[in-house]
Amino acid sequence: MTETPQTPDARGHFGPYGGRYVPETLMAPLEEIEHAFYEARQDAEFQAELKDLLKNFAGRPTPLYEAKRLSAELGGARIFIKREDLLHTGAHKINNCLGQILLARRMGKKRIIAETGAGQHGVATATVCALFGLECVVYMGEEDMRRQRLNVFRMRLLGARVESVTTGSRTLKDAVSEAMRDWVTNISTTHYLLGSALGAHPYPMMVREFHRCTGDEARQQMLERTGALPNTVIACVGGGSNAIGIFTAFVPDERVKLVGVEAGGRGLALGEHAARFAGGAPGVLQGAFSYLLQDGDGQVSLTHSVSAGLDYALVGPEHAWLHDQGRAEYVNATDAEALAAARTLARTEGIIPALESSHAVAEALKRAPQAKGEVLLVNLSGRGDKDTDIYRENFPELDNPDAK
Amino acid sequence: MPSSERIARCFAACKEAGRPALIAYLTAGDPEPGRTAEIALALERGGADILELGVPFSDPIADGPVIQRASDRALKAGASVERVLDAAREIRARSEMPMILFSYLNPLLRYGFEKLCADAREAGIDGCLFTDLSVEEAADTVETMRQAGLDTVFLAAPTSTERRLKLVADYSTGFVYVVSRTGVTGEQAQVAGGVDGLVSSLRKLTSLPLAVGFGISKREHVEAVGSYADGVVIGSAVMRVVEQHGAAADLEQHVEQFFKELAGRA
Ligand SMILES: Cc1ncc(COP(=O)(O)O)c(C=O)c1O
Repeated sequence: MTETPQTPDARGHFGPYGGRYVPETLMAPLEEIEHAFYEARQDAEFQAELKDLLKNFAGRPTPLYEAKRLSAELGGARIFIKREDLLHTGAHKINNCLGQILLARRMGKKRIIAETGAGQHGVATATVCALFGLECVVYMGEEDMRRQRLNVFRMRLLGARVESVTTGSRTLKDAVSEAMRDWVTNISTTHYLLGSALGAHPYPMMVREFHRCTGDEARQQMLERTGALPNTVIACVGGGSNAIGIFTAFVPDERVKLVGVEAGGRGLALGEHAARFAGGAPGVLQGAFSYLLQDGDGQVSLTHSVSAGLDYALVGPEHAWLHDQGRAEYVNATDAEALAAARTLARTEGIIPALESSHAVAEALKRAPQAKGEVLLVNLSGRGDKDTDIYRENFPELDNPDAK
Repeated sequence: MPSSERIARCFAACKEAGRPALIAYLTAGDPEPGRTAEIALALERGGADILELGVPFSDPIADGPVIQRASDRALKAGASVERVLDAAREIRARSEMPMILFSYLNPLLRYGFEKLCADAREAGIDGCLFTDLSVEEAADTVETMRQAGLDTVFLAAPTSTERRLKLVADYSTGFVYVVSRTGVTGEQAQVAGGVDGLVSSLRKLTSLPLAVGFGISKREHVEAVGSYADGVVIGSAVMRVVEQHGAAADLEQHVEQFFKELAGRA
């Protein structure tokens, strides 16, 4: 892992964003994690073990695939897909989990807790806990448990306990709050394996570093395959981990456009979406200062997305900084656009994407026809198996193809 | 603007009387914003020396179930920063009890932090404590609060290292709030062991009064903690009484009676 130009300052600030907005009880533990992380990245043995696990357990490097039929159908740009969906457990989340579990072991922690929205991070956490024989508790909103039943079962099969969270909107934000409450209570034994580029420093930086392999590989693969860098890199943004993972290697390449896609949900009224840049304002939630969906009284708003993994009120602080600097652009895709994009990708390329990743695909579908001669790189952060129930609900005609 | 000195004078008077200052936490707006001042005054009649007026927040990460529910009820009943300040003004018109605004940061940032400090002072607030404001992020906010004449109270925790305790002591005025245990707010059968040690570590670093909170709900806790701390904070136990009797016309009497027992005046 090498330094990147946008590395936060010593207190974890990306410009005005990020930082450490937590109760004092959590400050020393955060310092401990930061210290362990800096030590580990100097430690050749740690790096070798992580590299081995990423390769032989998770399946890195992931392929870079040229979506020729899709590109031809759209009749514009060449579209390349970074296949993070082919990783073990079905999404990019495993990269960060392997890094953090090695760190937890290094810090002597015996118990791992995590939050999950779509369940992908929960499954990845349960997986690495099984791999290292550590106790695992995953907090998940009741509403998300309903939406992602299959992942709840997978976590249990892997030996984790899934705690249903019934406060607030019963989604990811509430699961994070419960995980933080557990952490502050059990700090001496427990590591909080946070699943996105969110929370208090050092999490946003650390999670980025554990995911930057995506962009490092993709940049190299693009050069090998096309002899050039892509014109545009597109990724969906929930908390922001898969996006920062693929963006980081390209940030110094000023000509490469970086595009983050947030959840446009059912429309741009507050409460109907999770488009923090379009509808939010800077604020503090769960440890970090960043763009936040909130009402006029500074209460955090409810969010909506068909995809549980994008359904969160705060965006990772480094994205806020990339946004304000104009280095990355943030757009959104609606539920309907994401669903349609998933169907298009499935039909043209034989790849069923996760609903989160479908938001990135939707943006590629919008841009490609006008971008003849250009190359778009899409980060396909996860596969769609977990979303089969939701696809079925939305495409009822496929259950009964012969009905008129 | 200079500090109101109400907090300092209160701790001095309690010390003179040979007893700890009793600090009552109240989530403003529960069961409804219009009743906050009356409940606060009932707490004072019951023996509270200092009031912590809590601004409800949608995502109270440092709070256990009792205060989470209180915040939910308050928000549903229409609580807002403005209405918390209205309640403070009403209390101040009728009482000289020191008041601390106790809040998560975001509602205050949204209100506008400078305006908040000016309006809070004007409403009779004497100091602020922000649950999720670490000293590392506090330089600007502390400056603004001091300029408005507000005391700045910070949390010290069982996990705080020596270096951090020193920072917390340096940033605090009025008193230091000592968190008794690792965890969220909520009543406990017993006060955590080791908090007396934390209090004596802090004594070496500051001459400010030290108040202990988290998990204190009974008269015996008050007596035990009061033997080594300058102040004792009672929060969830108060909010449980508000929860149990929120619908009753004589809620204020229940609150007063409960606090009298805690204060050893029953
Ligand atoms: C497949 C997939 N992509 C993306 C996300 C969104 O998270 P992030 O923005 O951190 O990549 C999730 C979260 O659950 C996910 O499962």
